[in-house]
Amino acid sequence: MAVTTCQARLVQLAPRLGAVAANLHRHLEAAERAASEGVELVVFPELSLTGYFLRDLVPEVALRLDSAHFAELLDLSRKIHLVFGFVEESDAFELHCSAAYLAEGELKHLHRKLYLPTYGMFDEARYFSAGSCLQSFPTPWGPAGLVICEDLWHPSVPYVLSRQGMDLLIGIAASPFRGVEPGGPDIGQSYELMLGAYAELFQCHVLFCNRVGCEDGISFWGGSRAISPLEGEIAVAPVFDETHLDVVLERSHLRRARFATPLLADERPELLRRALEKMSHE
Amino acid sequence: MSELDIDCPLVARVLEEFLRVELGRFGFSRGVVGLSGGVDSTVSTFLAARALGAENVTAVLMPYSGSSPASEADAMAVVEELGINYLQIEITPQIDAYFERFPDANRLRRANKMARERMTILYDQSAALGALVIGTSNKTEALLGYTTLWGDMACAVNPLGDLYKTQLRQLAGHLGVPRQIIEKPPSADLWPGQTDEGELGFTYEDVDQVLYRLVDLRLRPEEMVAEGFPEEFVRRVWDMVRQSQYKRRLPLVAKLSRRSLDRDFRYPRDWEA
Repeated sequence: MAVTTCQARLVQLAPRLGAVAANLHRHLEAAERAASEGVELVVFPELSLTGYFLRDLVPEVALRLDSAHFAELLDLSRKIHLVFGFVEESDAFELHCSAAYLAEGELKHLHRKLYLPTYGMFDEARYFSAGSCLQSFPTPWGPAGLVICEDLWHPSVPYVLSRQGMDLLIGIAASPFRGVEPGGPDIGQSYELMLGAYAELFQCHVLFCNRVGCEDGISFWGGSRAISPLEGEIAVAPVFDETHLDVVLERSHLRRARFATPLLADERPELLRRALEKMSHE
Repeated sequence: MSELDIDCPLVARVLEEFLRVELGRFGFSRGVVGLSGGVDSTVSTFLAARALGAENVTAVLMPYSGSSPASEADAMAVVEELGINYLQIEITPQIDAYFERFPDANRLRRANKMARERMTILYDQSAALGALVIGTSNKTEALLGYTTLWGDMACAVNPLGDLYKTQLRQLAGHLGVPRQIIEKPPSADLWPGQTDEGELGFTYEDVDQVLYRLVDLRLRPEEMVAEGFPEEFVRRVWDMVRQSQYKRRLPLVAKLSRRSLDRDFRYPRDWEA
C-alpha cells in the first residue's frame, strides 16, 4: 500500500563545472538539511555532480557505482530518498549521462539517458553512450519513472513508463536558456506545455528539476516545477535563481483524476503493438 | 510587435549573471570597457556596472584627434551617470607617429590600426587593474564582418555578441541609457560625418530583419525573396556573412598530431577541475 503523501524538495542548484568533490559536498549538505526538515525525497538536476558542458572532462569526472563518492551518497540515502545526475563509468568503460535513485542505503534505480541531443549547441553523443533500458521502479509513493532532459521530448518514454506503472514522473534537466522574445524563456514555455500534458495524459505527478547557473556563456533557466494530474502546476521555482522548491504530492489526486477520466484504464496498448508490428513487417 | 522584440528584464538578468559568473570563475571581480560614447559600449558599461558594481568597472576613453567631441561628451555623461572609474588615453600620438611612415594609408588601414591600438591599451589596463576586458561587439556587426579582427572584437567576455543592433537599442532603453546615445546615428567616429549606415549602404533595422531570418530562423535566401525581401539585398547580406566567417573563428591550425588543440583537445573554456 503506497504512502498517501510525499514531501519532496527540488534543489535548483548551479553545479560547478568539473568540480565533483565540491558538488558532492553541496549535495550532502542540501540532502542532510532536507532530511532534517522532514523532506522525504530530494531531487537534484541532470549532471548535478559534474556540471553540463564538460566536453573532454567527461571521462575525468566519471564515477563508478562502487566509487567512494557514490558510497557517501548511498550512506546518506538511509535518511532520505535521493535523486541526482552524474557521469557514470560502466564496467565496459562506457560513459553514460546517468541518474540514480538512492534509498535505504541502496541503489534502487539507475537510469542512463536514452536520447543524447547532438544538434544545435548540443554534442552529447560525442561524449556519452546512450542508455538502452527504460523501466519504472517501485517507491513508497507508488511506481516512478526517472528520466533525463531530452528523454522528455520523446513521448514514447513516458508512454512506456506509464504502461509499466507510473504514479510519479521525475525528470531532471540541464536545459539551456535560449529565446529572448517577450513572455519569459521560450524553452520554458515548451517544457511547461509538455510536462503539463504528461501529468494530464498519463495521470501522474510530475517533478521537474532543472539547473541554473552559467557555463561557457550558456545560462540554464531553472523553473523547476511540480505538477498534479488534478490541479496542474502546484509549485514553480523562479527562473535563474539558485533555490529549492518544496512540494507535497497527494496520492488522492491520482485517484480522483483517474476516476474522473479513466484514460489509463481505457488505454489500449495492443493498438500500438499491432501498428508497430505492422510497420516492422513493411 | 516585431520578431526582434526582446524581453529586456530577462535579457538584462541573464547578461548580468553571465558577467558575474564568467569573471568570477577566473577569480576576477573587476571589468574594463572601452567606452566610445556609442550605444554598444554604453550598454556593455551599464551591464558591467549593474553586474559588478560601479566601483569595479573602469571605462577607458580612447579618442583620436579626429574623433567627435560629442562622442567624448556622451562617454563622460555615462561615466558620471554610473559613477564608475575612468581613464582617458589619447591615441593620436602613436597613430600619427606610425602613419607618418605610411602617409598614403587609406581610411580602412587607419581605422583598423586605431581599433587595434585601443585593444592593446585595454589589455594593458586589464593587467594593470586586475580586470577582464568586457566586449562591446554586437551580433549584427559580427555577422557582417563590420569589425576589426583582433581590434574591437577582442575581449575576455562579450555580453552583447548575441544581440542584434535593434535588440541592443531596446535593451539600452530598458537600462536607462541616455536618449541622445540611443538615438544618434551609429558611427565608428573615424572621420567627421561618418556613419555605419552610410558606409554599409543599408539601415540596421533592415539588415537585422534579414540576418534574423537567415541565421536565427534558418530561412534560405530564396524563401526570403518569396516573402518580399529584395533579392539583391538578401544576397549581398548573405555574401557579407560568408566572406567574414574567418573573423568569427580562431586561426586555422594545420593538423599534425593525434590530438590538436580545439579539434581533438576539447575542454570547456570554464575548465576548473
